[in-house]
Amino acid sequence: MNVEELIYFIEEEFDEIQKGSLHPTSSIRNMDGWSSMHALILIALVDNHYDILLTGEELKHINTIQDLLETIVKRKS
Amino acid sequence: MSNFCSDAKFKKKLLKINSINFFLDYFKCSSLRNSFTFAPYIMGPTLKTIEYFLPKKILTNEDLAKEFGKDSQNIFKNTGILKRHIRNKKQIGSDLGFQAAKKLLKKNPNYLSKIDFLIFCSEGLDYKAPTTASVIHYRLGLNQNCGCIDMPMGCAGYVYGLSLAKSMILSNDVSCILFIAADIPSSVIHSEDFNLRSLFGDAGTATIIENSESGKIGNFVFGNDGSGAKNLCVERGSTRAPLDKEYLELHKKQVGNLAHGRMTMNGMEITRFSLEKVPLLLNETLKKNKLTFDEIDLFVFHQASIIILDSLKRKCKIPDSKFYVYLEAVGNTVSCTIPIALFNAEKENRLKRGDVVMLIGFGVGYSWGGTILHY
Repeated sequence: MNVEELIYFIEEEFDEIQKGSLHPTSSIRNMDGWSSMHALILIALVDNHYDILLTGEELKHINTIQDLLETIVKRKS
Repeated sequence: MSNFCSDAKFKKKLLKINSINFFLDYFKCSSLRNSFTFAPYIMGPTLKTIEYFLPKKILTNEDLAKEFGKDSQNIFKNTGILKRHIRNKKQIGSDLGFQAAKKLLKKNPNYLSKIDFLIFCSEGLDYKAPTTASVIHYRLGLNQNCGCIDMPMGCAGYVYGLSLAKSMILSNDVSCILFIAADIPSSVIHSEDFNLRSLFGDAGTATIIENSESGKIGNFVFGNDGSGAKNLCVERGSTRAPLDKEYLELHKKQVGNLAHGRMTMNGMEITRFSLEKVPLLLNETLKKNKLTFDEIDLFVFHQASIIILDSLKRKCKIPDSKFYVYLEAVGNTVSCTIPIALFNAEKENRLKRGDVVMLIGFGVGYSWGGTILHY
């Protein structure tokens, strides 16, 4: 599990995002066309790839992709 | 699905079991009768036929895109829905259910004299009293020797209603049940709530469950977690939270002032709940029915949203060929999604008599339920 892998999964999932445009410091909420529906897709994506169900509260405190990875790592440990 | 009746030995055995059941029925030994659960072809509660009714008014993605300044293709991508049917101001849940039942009885007039129980499942009842089932019973002109009951359940309602119908038939007290599920979520959605308006549609359905030897309703698994009550809730217009001047003033520009209440949904928590509970429910339902995953011909889940359905399909490793989705033309119709999906799956030849179908309902409450239909 690393940040490159997570970026790959996100870019694969969201058609609106240009491949290669995301970085660890990219803000999730500033991604192209971000809406509350995308938050649901992100919950499903993390569950599918990492077997972790993020809470709404956790998602509120996640800003960047790096933050998301750190939350996943923390939950996994 | 293999043809259970193709084997001569099996037919002989079946004949024997049916003879035993006839004997037990004759002497009203229902508890003994229920212990003969050998095959789906013994006499038992069977889902015989389904009809549904949709109101004429249609809300398209183009309508929503124009109103909210969104992209209609993105709406489809995020919801899996192209259009939703919306009631007119005068239509309520029982009207849609009544129309569905009328359609069913027109096609199958023989049931009119046979129905001896009516179940009405909806979150939009006509009155606090009497039961809406009683009102529909009269409108349909059913026999007076017919019981009526309301079941105010949401997205898991169809599975719960089937369980109730099955149990009543197995008790030998009734033999033919009209189960109407109808919901009008549009009546409790604020006009500015884009997410809910893009997801939900109104509908009415009617199902006949009858004692017969052509199929069987399997064992049920139920669950509930009231801690999620507030995550999908229709507040106000109820005993706990009646309407007041402030509420009516706030919603005075809404159709009917949202006097039936207002729906709120925490989409993230609902998604979380669905992804957590449904895979467990699937496994428990298989276990309770002594079936393996591969023995299921078709999975029909509550049609919540395409995000939830796609995620569940992936998580439960269900192949596309066995996973039925019917969202595009109607949206999430609450308690009506499963019967509408079953109707269309049969119409599209995805479902045929003899198939083994898993039904999974989940939603408001939180509540959830699963069962197997030997269709």
